[in-house]
Amino acid sequence: MAGYSRPTDLAAALSLLAERRPVILAGGTDHFPARVAAGPAEDILDITALGGLRAIERRGDHLWVPCLATWADLGAANLPAGLEALTQAAAQIGGVQIQNTATLCGNLCNASPAADGIPPLLALDAEVELASLAGRRRMSLDAFLLGPRQTARRPEEMLLGLHIPLPVAPSRSVFAKLGARRYLVISIVMLALVAEFGADGMISRARVAVGACGPRARRLPALEAALAGARPDPALLRRAHLAPLLPIDDMRGTAAYRLDAVATLLRRALAGMVPA
Amino acid sequence: MSGIAFTLNGGAAMLRGAPGRRLADALRDELGLTGTKIGCNAGDCGACTVLLDGVQVCACLLPAARVAGCRVTTVEGLAQDGALAPLQAAFLRHGAAQCGICTPGMLMAAADLLARNAAPDEAAVQDALGGVLCRCTGYRMIIAAVLDVARTAQPDMPAAGRAVGAAIARRDGVAKLTGAEAFGADAAPPEGCLALRAIRSPHAHARFQIGDCAPLLAAHPGLLRVLTAADLPGGNLYGIYPEGKDQKVLAEAHVRHRGEPVCALLGEAETLAAIRDEDVPIVWEVLPPVTFARAQAAEAVQLHAHAPENILCRGRVARGDAAAALASATVRASIAIETGFVEHAYIEPEAGFAVRVGAPGSERIEITACTQTPYMDRDEIAQLLGLAPSQVRIIPTAVGGGFGGKLDLSVQPLLAAAAWLTGRPVRWVYSRPESMAATTKRHPARIQAAAAADGEGRLTGFRCHGDFNTGAYASWGPTVANRVPVHAMGPYRVPDVLCTSAAIHTNDPPAGAFRGFGVPQAALAGEALMDMLAAQLGLDPLEFRARNALGVGDTTGSGQVLGAGAALPACLDALRPRWAALRGAAAAFNAEASGSLRQGVGIACMWYGIGNTSLPNPSTMVMGIDHAARPILFSGAVDIGQGSNTIMGQIAADALGVPVAALHLVTGDTDRTRDAGKTSASRQTFVSGNAARLAGEALRGEILRRANAGPHARIALEAGVLCVSEAGRTIKLDLASMPADGEGLVLRGEGRFDPPTTPLDADGQGIPYASYAFAAQIAVVEVDLDLGTTRVLRIVAAHDVGRAINPQLVEGQIHGGIAQGLGLALMEEFIPGRTENLHDYLIPTIGDIPPIETILIEEADPLGPYGAKGVGEPALIATAPAIFNAIAHATGIRLTRAPATPDRLRAALLAAR
Repeated sequence: MAGYSRPTDLAAALSLLAERRPVILAGGTDHFPARVAAGPAEDILDITALGGLRAIERRGDHLWVPCLATWADLGAANLPAGLEALTQAAAQIGGVQIQNTATLCGNLCNASPAADGIPPLLALDAEVELASLAGRRRMSLDAFLLGPRQTARRPEEMLLGLHIPLPVAPSRSVFAKLGARRYLVISIVMLALVAEFGADGMISRARVAVGACGPRARRLPALEAALAGARPDPALLRRAHLAPLLPIDDMRGTAAYRLDAVATLLRRALAGMVPA
Repeated sequence: MSGIAFTLNGGAAMLRGAPGRRLADALRDELGLTGTKIGCNAGDCGACTVLLDGVQVCACLLPAARVAGCRVTTVEGLAQDGALAPLQAAFLRHGAAQCGICTPGMLMAAADLLARNAAPDEAAVQDALGGVLCRCTGYRMIIAAVLDVARTAQPDMPAAGRAVGAAIARRDGVAKLTGAEAFGADAAPPEGCLALRAIRSPHAHARFQIGDCAPLLAAHPGLLRVLTAADLPGGNLYGIYPEGKDQKVLAEAHVRHRGEPVCALLGEAETLAAIRDEDVPIVWEVLPPVTFARAQAAEAVQLHAHAPENILCRGRVARGDAAAALASATVRASIAIETGFVEHAYIEPEAGFAVRVGAPGSERIEITACTQTPYMDRDEIAQLLGLAPSQVRIIPTAVGGGFGGKLDLSVQPLLAAAAWLTGRPVRWVYSRPESMAATTKRHPARIQAAAAADGEGRLTGFRCHGDFNTGAYASWGPTVANRVPVHAMGPYRVPDVLCTSAAIHTNDPPAGAFRGFGVPQAALAGEALMDMLAAQLGLDPLEFRARNALGVGDTTGSGQVLGAGAALPACLDALRPRWAALRGAAAAFNAEASGSLRQGVGIACMWYGIGNTSLPNPSTMVMGIDHAARPILFSGAVDIGQGSNTIMGQIAADALGVPVAALHLVTGDTDRTRDAGKTSASRQTFVSGNAARLAGEALRGEILRRANAGPHARIALEAGVLCVSEAGRTIKLDLASMPADGEGLVLRGEGRFDPPTTPLDADGQGIPYASYAFAAQIAVVEVDLDLGTTRVLRIVAAHDVGRAINPQLVEGQIHGGIAQGLGLALMEEFIPGRTENLHDYLIPTIGDIPPIETILIEEADPLGPYGAKGVGEPALIATAPAIFNAIAHATGIRLTRAPATPDRLRAALLAAR
């Protein structure tokens, strides 16, 4: 018999997960749209009553974003320089209603190829922390994302939160999203660029991630290498830097257009980047 | 179980249903608060927006359990002590609600904003309301309302005889703002309602067999029956036209489009929800689909015996010798354009319920549902069930957007059949994907057109052929095929024309009626040609159009001589100063531009025949006085948000000579009102408005006769007394002594109007319409050359409306039409199986509609009520061609495929390098 549980205690939640492998429900903004056509009843584990898992906080060298933190929470958080891309993404995901309920961690667990939250977190080298009765484990977001709608989360695990490294050098980041209308739009492409700067105004380290151009968002290591040691300059972008991207043709745009648009957005991101 | 305790609209509330159900369902079904609307159940439309602890959330994306201990505010919580909140009053004042289905969501999103920012700017309003879609208003009046919330005074209602021309608030506005208005899914069905669910074809073209359903029935005790075509109590065929009914209530062994219903489950709602489509024993034999591209190829399967070569019908207008004119002209231009399916995307999915009533022997079926055409529904259901029309009662609910999509039957036939068979009330609400997959669309078009002009810039010839993909069934295909050739040459004097069309069957969803019936697609071709000819002649695009504009005394391509009120020249005159200023500003911008942004300014004209094409489309209205001296208008015209409830009242009140505020309205019930025809073809103001005027005049005549008073006497209705005054004497009519008729009326008048038209001959010559509306619109766009994105910066719209009965409602129609035209131009394309939701199918949001300047040209149409003509469809037609012409002005790229998505425009820009 399917049931609905809304425990207040993490241990109870993890026990339930271990015993019944229920569907985990947090913000609900992906859960309910996937069930417009009703189906047989499911076991649901609603984690939103769990205590202590909402507040975004700085913890040592990283930002802790627990599993119940929403995009609105993130947008309202006073993030340090270098994490601007997150604030920008927080304002562009869905409408305000979605931002008020959708969680960052849910965005990652849903693992849509077009998830707006993934490129900034991928570029910021976020790590995920998973919890189960067996204990906790951390892994890079890159390792967590296996493919479209596939993650490394095991059925008895829940994503407890994210660790986002705080910038160690003066940094700037930017998020860019391209859609066919102003609000509430699934991105044609989106990307995030994070640059750390040396005292000389040169980029000491760059990280770039692009979404909606393949089964999952991808970093662009060759571009990152080309940017290291240089001033932010659109002319540094080469077509070959986009090789990791494998876009498809769909109703939002052709594959060729996506690559072309990514190049334009990357050039603009570089042109607009003022050294920190 | 104790339930979920929370605070609702300031009071204690409890939910006892399943904790995982959507909050929207819990509020509506358990607590009866139907002000929270459900448009998609996926967070795509925002109609269900409520406040949770003061912040806006979608109630369709929250489990009921989440509200435990929280504060929830719904639209029902806004008004206090029966008085509208300032925000609601501002919406009413600004005409911010049309159909009203998105209004609760808009109000709640705005309430959230205003609670934290009492004086927001336009950008803040757009950001806050960006998650709520509206399909009617074009958003600008909503923005204006939120920005004007501080003002409180509502305008006074006009005195007797002053209603026509007054921008009074819509009479159903308060109900739409408080959540009280009942739409299809809100109308309260009787207790013990059965639920119904259609099982639909996942294939575009297939044969099928339904196996033994006994195991399914045995496995689900709450499943009462599985209805198939063989179970239907009467016939199975329906369709818009009296001849050629071709659509089946339930398919028989063969489906011709994805979404076609093959059987229906009848039972308890929760049981039906738990059954998966694949649990129903259907064996499919998938067949290759007939596509629009290959429908006339030699190998194409013929889909209907009555449609050889898959051609449902053709249309033709021929006058003079177009070929010779084109061959001998000084300049000529040609173009081929293509458009896709466009979905109506009203925010209210189809819904309703049916009840079998009456004693044995005198039984009837009553259907309460959203519809644009109750009388056609009545006759069609009667035909399907084998009943007399008098045995069918249609009670239209408020309609949460129609745009032509609710002219075809949707829930009604199966509801009626199921209720008739079981004797129990049956209810059905379409899901969003079902609504999008199963209902009609705008016809995709392939249009080839050529036009020619002489050295003086006068059009000499026009030739055009349009193929229209009418999908699997006829629906309104013949209407499109007939209407397009009449209009395709545009609102211009062209001596030699040849315009032809074909409606072609495919295995796509049925294409039906959608605001403009094919004319918007044709205008994309025609208006491109006007710009191309002007460019060859070195003429300004506006001046070239002005030189050729149809006006009073000119002859149309159908050989009709236009009478008074044909006011396109005045529209162009009104635009001329704005055109010059905007073209100048764009040129200055582009001269300075060094980046990738370029601006362009385009213009397009349109004309549109009001009412049916050469077919009768009468309307009848009754107006009367009851014992209490209340004037009552019985109007069968369905208000789908455009405002006919208000317009009819304004006309009838002035015709009778009483204040419009005193008028009572009975509407929406085939048992109580006369046939006013369908809300379609921009006809209600013109046709039913005339019927309302005639009814009011007839009633006035009857009152004056009884009072033995002259035509200028004053009628006053006060405190249950009817007085007639003239020249210092007052006669009080003794209403109490008069016998009341079956409708409670002691005095009555009836009005009937049918627009005078004549049949078209084989060359399309005749008088297809009694009246035409004209318009010209300017679009200003900004194109990002590197991304191919287009932002519309401004629209200036000059519309010949004859007389604006209610300028605010007219302006509301123009705004909403422009928004749909913008969607058609830039983002809307329905792909069966791919875009059956409101996140893959994009309609404009509040951030996509630019400021709109509206100019109303009022040159009275002698046939219109007080000079008025229709504006519903005319509002949309010029917008997309104006935007395409603006893109061409900005970039030099003449796009031939709509919509102009970023990838298409960028590809064209790259190809032109």
